[in-house]
Formats: sequence, C-alpha cells, structure tokens
Amino acid sequence: MMTNPVSKITQGQFSFLPELTDAEIALQIEYGLSRGYAWSIEYTDDPHPRNTFWEMFGMPMFDLKDAAGVLTEVRNCRKGFPQHYIRLIAFDGTRGVESIAMSFIVNRPASEPGFGLIRQEAAGRTIRYTVHGYATDRPEGERGIETS
Amino acid sequence: MAIATGASNGATAITDAKRRYQAGVLKYGQMGYWEPDYVPKDTDTVCLFRITPQEGVDPVEAAAAVAGESSTATWTVVWTDRLTACDSYRAKAFRLEPVPNGPGQFFAWVAYDIILFEEGSIANMTASLIGNVFSFKPLKAARLEDIRIPAAYVKTFKGPPTGLIVERERLDKFGRPLLGATTKPKLGLSGRNYGRVIYEGLKGGLDFMKDDENINSQPFMHWRDRFLYVMDAVNKASAATGEVKGSYLNVTAATMEDMYERAEFARQLGSVVVMIDLVIGWTAIQSMSNWARRNDMILHMHRAGHGTYTRQKNHGVSFRVIAKWLRLAGVDHLHAGTAVGKLEGDPLTVQGYYNVCRDSYTRRDLPRGIFFDQDWCDIRKVMPVASGGIHAGQMHQLLDLFGDDVVLQFGGGTIGHPAGIQAGAVANRVALEAMVKARNEGHNIRIEGAEILRKAARFCGPLQQALDTWGDITFNYTPTDASDFTPTAAVAR
Repeated sequence: MMTNPVSKITQGQFSFLPELTDAEIALQIEYGLSRGYAWSIEYTDDPHPRNTFWEMFGMPMFDLKDAAGVLTEVRNCRKGFPQHYIRLIAFDGTRGVESIAMSFIVNRPASEPGFGLIRQEAAGRTIRYTVHGYATDRPEGERGIETS
Repeated sequence: MAIATGASNGATAITDAKRRYQAGVLKYGQMGYWEPDYVPKDTDTVCLFRITPQEGVDPVEAAAAVAGESSTATWTVVWTDRLTACDSYRAKAFRLEPVPNGPGQFFAWVAYDIILFEEGSIANMTASLIGNVFSFKPLKAARLEDIRIPAAYVKTFKGPPTGLIVERERLDKFGRPLLGATTKPKLGLSGRNYGRVIYEGLKGGLDFMKDDENINSQPFMHWRDRFLYVMDAVNKASAATGEVKGSYLNVTAATMEDMYERAEFARQLGSVVVMIDLVIGWTAIQSMSNWARRNDMILHMHRAGHGTYTRQKNHGVSFRVIAKWLRLAGVDHLHAGTAVGKLEGDPLTVQGYYNVCRDSYTRRDLPRGIFFDQDWCDIRKVMPVASGGIHAGQMHQLLDLFGDDVVLQFGGGTIGHPAGIQAGAVANRVALEAMVKARNEGHNIRIEGAEILRKAARFCGPLQQALDTWGDITFNYTPTDASDFTPTAAVAR
C-alpha cells in the first residue's frame, strides 16, 4: 500500500475522491461530449509518472457522441484488463489547444505497490534520482495476471 | 463623447514647412502630434493613456504632448527633423475622451508606427512608451491603461517557452486547476527545514511548491543547499504519489551570470521549473526566457514590485499592459491576482488580466478593462497564478472566476492547517476535485459551492478542519483599480 494520504496513485482529475461510480463517470463523459471533446480509453500496468504512452484501448472515439457507448467501452476494457490502470481521456481539437482536456482513472489494480526512489550519489552532494515502479519488476508477460 | 477637432487653440498642425521648422517653441499640436483624422494602420501600436493635465493645460495639447514625448519630440523645434521622414516617427494622438466619472481625467489614444520599435525587444518598446513621458511637467499624472500590439510586431517575439498546454502535457495534469503553495515562513528556514515543507505539501496532494520572491541566497539558506533539499523532496513526493511534482526554484540574483549558474544547477538536478522575479527587468526576463526554451524548463514569473506602478488608477501602467508585455517577453506562469484574496484586485479587472494571458484572440471588453481587440497570432498561452490569502473555503469562487487554466496557490492556507502541512494539502486537493467534479456534473457552483464543500468534508476530515479554521475569512475591501465602465464591489462570500 502506498503511504500517501489516499493510499493510491494520485494521477488524474479525481484521485482524492472516493472512486467514481459508473453513473458518475457517465456524467463526466457527458460533460466532455457537451464541450465537443473526443473520448478515448488507455490502460497500463506501468503507471510511472513519466510513462506518457499507455496502451490505447481502440482508437479515440471521435464520432461517438453517446455517453452510454463510451461507458460500454470502459466496461469492455475493465473486462479485458481488470488488474490494470485504466484512464478516460478527453481530447480537445480546438486550434491552440489540440491536447487533452480531461483525464481520470476509472480502474485500478486491487493492490497498488507504488514506487521506490533510487538515489545515485554524484559530485558536490548532487543526487541523481530514479523513480522506480515496483509494478514493473516482473517480466511484462507475467504482470497483471494474479487475482486479488 | 469625443473632443471636437480644433476646438482648442494651437491644436492644428502647421503644414507650411518653413513656418513649422522656424527656430523656437511650438505647441505639440502645432508640431503635428495631434491628428484627429488619423486612422491607425494595422501595423501601428495603439496606446490608451489616462491623462490628468495640470490646471489650465488644454487636454488636446496634453494628449499631443504625450504622443510627442513618447516618440520624437523635444521641447523646442529642431531643424534636424528635416533630415528624417519625420511624419513616420511622430506618434499621433488621434482621439480624446473625458473619463466617465473621472473629473479632470481624459483617455487619449495614441498611434505609433512599427518602425519605432526594435523587433523582439520589450526593453525598447517600454523605453518609448513609458519613458520620459511619465515625468512630463504639464501632466499631473499619466497612466498607460491598455495597448494594442499589431500582429506584425507580436510575431517578432517568441513568447512563452512552454505555454500552458505543453506544461499540462509535461506534468500529465489535465482538466483541473493546478495546486501550489508558497513555502512559509518566507525567510529564515534552513535548507533542511525548507525541504521538509516542500515534501509535506507535495505528498499531501499539491502539484507545485514555490520559493517566495525574496528567497535568493541569504545567510540562513544558500541557494545550492535549498536546491538540493528541495529536489530531494520533489523526487520523494513524486515516488510517493506517482505524479510529476515541481517546486519553483527562484534563480533571481544580482547578475545574469549568477542567474544562469543557478538555473543550470536546477536543470542538472532535474527540476521542471525555475522562477524569476519581475524586478530583474525586461532584458533579463527575455534572456531567461531564451534559457528556459533551450532547456525545456517552465518559467515562473512572480510579479514582485508591480504594485508600485500598477495599483493607483491615475498614474503608472495597468497590469493588463504588463501582462501583455510579459506574454510577449516569454514567461509560462504569471501571478495575476485572486480577486478574493488578500491582495488588490477587482474581480472583473482581474479576469481581464487572465484573459490577456490565456486568449488566442482577446476581444475588446470594457467592463474587464480591455479596450482593444488583440490577436495573439498563436503565441503560446501563459498560465495565470492566483496567490495571496486564499483558502479551501473559497474554492467555488476561484473555480467560477478563473476556470481550469490557473495555478491556485494556498500558502498559509496549506501550511497553517491545524493538523499539519499534508492535511492542509489534502484539504485543498479534495476541495478542488470535488468542485471540478460537481461543476462538470452540472451543479451551479456559485450557488451550491459552500454545500459542495460541506459534503466533501464529510469524507475528508482535513477539509472540515480547514473550513472550521478559515471558512469565514474574507478580504472585502473596495478595489482601487476597477473599470471605469462598470462599478463593481469586492466578491462577497
């Protein structure tokens, strides 16, 4: 268990709140759709803070304007990857933005092992830091298969 | 109401060259600095000055004098003007209006040809526009209220090295304001104690911690010590949360060489952000912006000192002009006011500053103090920072006023929490996330905000303690600098 105040990885918009129910997730999806965003789903077993590119669960749903449809895809992703981190991402294609406008976690593994900090002492009291994710200690093919 | 052309004596330019360049003293109007028929070119810079002429000074002549003294004029006629295409170099006052409800004050519009300013140099532009003219005796007071910078000149600047869109991508933080806190006390902490505050705040849920503007390298904490302890705290917090974290390392110093040395050390230690103070001056700001661009660094600007010339309405430079210049000069974060906190700021006027930082195209908006349309030509956007006397109990007001693209900095409102710094950070992060979630769900946070906070406090003890401690704290004083077009009161709770 992680030692931060919420005992879990705190990436995304809502990590300090109780986990969102599917009904609450649908409301956020609707908000994004009402602002013209395109939703996409990504998953990973390597939630390192600088692991930018999680796996895409299909293409961004540029033409899906129905919150229930997006939520169905979230459920499909959870079925396939129950022990992975899954996030919903809303993309805003407006000129001058062309980036992510919303991002929050909708699935977590039962146990979040967190990260260690590796310090390499260098010259002049300088330290070089590496944030090491315990989740990736095991080979890729053996991760995320244990049941909780 | 416009002032009629030629209504005042001496307001008409002398067109006969022989008479115009006879040795002696002419009125500025006669010299050609008042041109009521002038239509500004797309490539002109247009300034709006608020002027208060001395008793007995004709306002048209005063406006012409402002144009003259901020461009080519001197107090007497010089024949050497005739060696130049002097019509181009003369700024032209072309419109004058009394200030609504401002007896003795006038708005004067002045146009400047693009040849007057060196490309990409705020120092050069400011030396003209806010140079001698502000000490000119025939004016009791003068204030540069707003400026329209032509697209052609905007494109000579590189602008923010990172910009708020790319900053979010680097930090992996979207769809909510960022959270920060300034380390307190401002002065006296050792590097080790200082790093403790950073660690607690970041692990508790803040995205950023911040050096204060006057933390440089004093006897109690030398800069290298601060940087080393701070970066240990930042990396530890990043590992504890799985988030990218940062702390604005203030590299403000006596010389450029010192600043470069400090910035380079921050880079070596892996910091994502460095900080400078406005008092280092335009040239140093643009140099540090170039450095930040070369080194993938977010550049945080603390507007230390601005209140000496932005706050009083009758004299100085409006902060909206400073914000425009800083966006061109190239900073990524800019302190732009809170409206609800302890420092000066009428809510609509402050929103005007935020818009200048974040718009792709700023529209004329008189209630927010914006007099001109401004095309930003795709130059990157500055992330405004709200800092100074704000707390979790104001979260709904802050989100309603400023939206998502802002850094909310709760210094005392984090570190002064009765259960400690981490608890203070948790309170702020929970309040923020609960408010964003509720807004997205369709709640009217302006009306339901206090209730949303109370509900969130039911599952978050630290938020309840924060509300109990600060829930009733407000700073309701009448702003000194509000729009002339809509009277506004300070935000009530």
